[in-house]
Amino acid sequence: MRAATFVFIALVVGAIVFALSLLARNEYVLFAGFVVLQYIVLATAWNILGGYCGYVNFGTAAFFAMGAYSTVALHKLGANPGRYLAGTFAEALIPLFPLSIPVLVVIGGLVSGLVGFGMGYLTLRLRGVFFAIATLALAVVLQTLIINWDFVGGSRGAYVIRPDSIALGPVSLSYIEYLYLVMLSLAVLALCVARQIERSRLGFGFATIRDDELAAEASGVPTLRLKLIATALSGALMGMAGAPLPYYIGYVEPAAAFGLPYAVNSIAMPMIGGTTSWVGPLIGAILLGTLQQIATVTISSVVNLLIVGVLLVAFVIIAPKGIVGLLQDRWRARLQP
Amino acid sequence: MSIPIDLLLNAIVAGLLLGGFYAAVTVGVSISFGMLDVVNIAHPAFIILGSYIAYIINATFGIDPILAALIVLPAFYVLGQAVYQIFYWSFEKRGEEALRGLAFFFGLLFITEVMLILVFGVDYRYVHALYIGPTWRIGFIDLPLRMLVPCVVSILLVVALQMFLSRTFVGRAIMAVAQDQQALRLLSVDPIRIKRIAFGVSIATAALAGAFLIIIQPVEPSIGREYIGRIFAICVLGGMGSLPGTVIAAVLLGIIESLTATFYGPSWAPAVAFGFLLVTLAVRPAGILGR
Repeated sequence: MRAATFVFIALVVGAIVFALSLLARNEYVLFAGFVVLQYIVLATAWNILGGYCGYVNFGTAAFFAMGAYSTVALHKLGANPGRYLAGTFAEALIPLFPLSIPVLVVIGGLVSGLVGFGMGYLTLRLRGVFFAIATLALAVVLQTLIINWDFVGGSRGAYVIRPDSIALGPVSLSYIEYLYLVMLSLAVLALCVARQIERSRLGFGFATIRDDELAAEASGVPTLRLKLIATALSGALMGMAGAPLPYYIGYVEPAAAFGLPYAVNSIAMPMIGGTTSWVGPLIGAILLGTLQQIATVTISSVVNLLIVGVLLVAFVIIAPKGIVGLLQDRWRARLQP
Repeated sequence: MSIPIDLLLNAIVAGLLLGGFYAAVTVGVSISFGMLDVVNIAHPAFIILGSYIAYIINATFGIDPILAALIVLPAFYVLGQAVYQIFYWSFEKRGEEALRGLAFFFGLLFITEVMLILVFGVDYRYVHALYIGPTWRIGFIDLPLRMLVPCVVSILLVVALQMFLSRTFVGRAIMAVAQDQQALRLLSVDPIRIKRIAFGVSIATAALAGAFLIIIQPVEPSIGREYIGRIFAICVLGGMGSLPGTVIAAVLLGIIESLTATFYGPSWAPAVAFGFLLVTLAVRPAGILGR
């Protein structure tokens, strides 16, 4: 399938999903759907580095929270630019505020992408495991920075008040419908990016790193540069997923934005779905995301985290290739009589 | 800015005591990560588990937490062996330890934390012991016994481990397995068995470290995450698997953290370990006493 065809199909599917969700006429569907879509973006982003290159990132929550907090910071700045910026610079900026969510998404992506690039530059030259450990610690440190930064609310958190509705051309959408649409577009974007990478020179480069980095390096693959691209890209997508969060929950505090569930889910979903192609994270995110939404309502939110942890461990031990791998094996067995 | 000399000295002494405790926390990872190349990021979870077991025994029977840890030491040793066996069968044997092995330990870390939350809730727990509370004063230097006792026992633990590793046959085999598994096989020693023993020892130290932790500060299930950065920073800076290096790095980090907490406020302390780790990785990844 050509890339353009895939993008077209993804857009059509996205539009159908959006139309069906609106037809449900139930805001809860949108609120729950937003979270599932958010996990599709996070899982796909994680898989670009984790699945394609084989480098584990435990700091999804950190990248995600960077996106969320850049929105909080800009929201605060936009509420009163003259107070924080001086002179003509402030006057030039005032007409720009309030920034629309797509702009905030791009900025959140840039911030997290830069963090990813910096992290990668410091740690990726060494053994891969150091990168994993550093990302684990990154979440703790960025959280410390945010807690000590009063401008975005410190440990008390910050309120972001969202408008009731928004006009997109002739149509007027309620705010949750709008946020849902933004996240849906991000999910489509993430999936298209992931699939495009898989079938490009970049993706083959990533695969050589995953299979044997030393051999790749020896045959002239610029491994460090490729790894940095993957880290920045993956971080940027995570930040983009985080940027709409303040408008979704209305109140952001460090412990929630840096929550471990983001990190665990974004690892568990690709691992359970399958890490080798873009389908895996999608399947994993839809299954686990929906399961968690149901479990949160019916059982409890702690138990549903336990389910994710147990599933993650069970899948990496029993079915290392994930659901996609299991299905592929079955098809292959059927083809060979 | 003039710094009051007694404040500075007290901060340094507090850092030394903290460093002794950090050595006990890290020594297990120095064995598993430094010597066996098993990236056990779930180590802090085992430490917290140790804290809670010390808490249960202390609350039910009134037994001293350190003694309680010594009682459950064999159980932790067996637990460690079991975890290594699963890890070996599922990942090391298939050569998949890099990606899936890490995810496995991350899952263990997460499951332990969630289980502890389910059983004990998120309240802070603490223990009772004679030495929690009183403080010795030497001149103007404070020596809180709550810090001094874990520090002393922890140094004893590291010395005992160093003796074990350098004097006994099994200990030397553990050091050897890090360097050349094939050579060990030629001596008709099963490297997997040696690694299993070493991993058991590594997890056993977590029982003691957990008892120290709950003596030093009240514990809640998610506190372990703060220690991941510290543990690996110390392990790497110490030179991956060198116990004397681990002690030096632990004391260094303890002093830097204590100075930061004294002069900039305790809310900045968690960031120190990470900065420490990044600088180490960027400047001297082989560590202080690295090969």
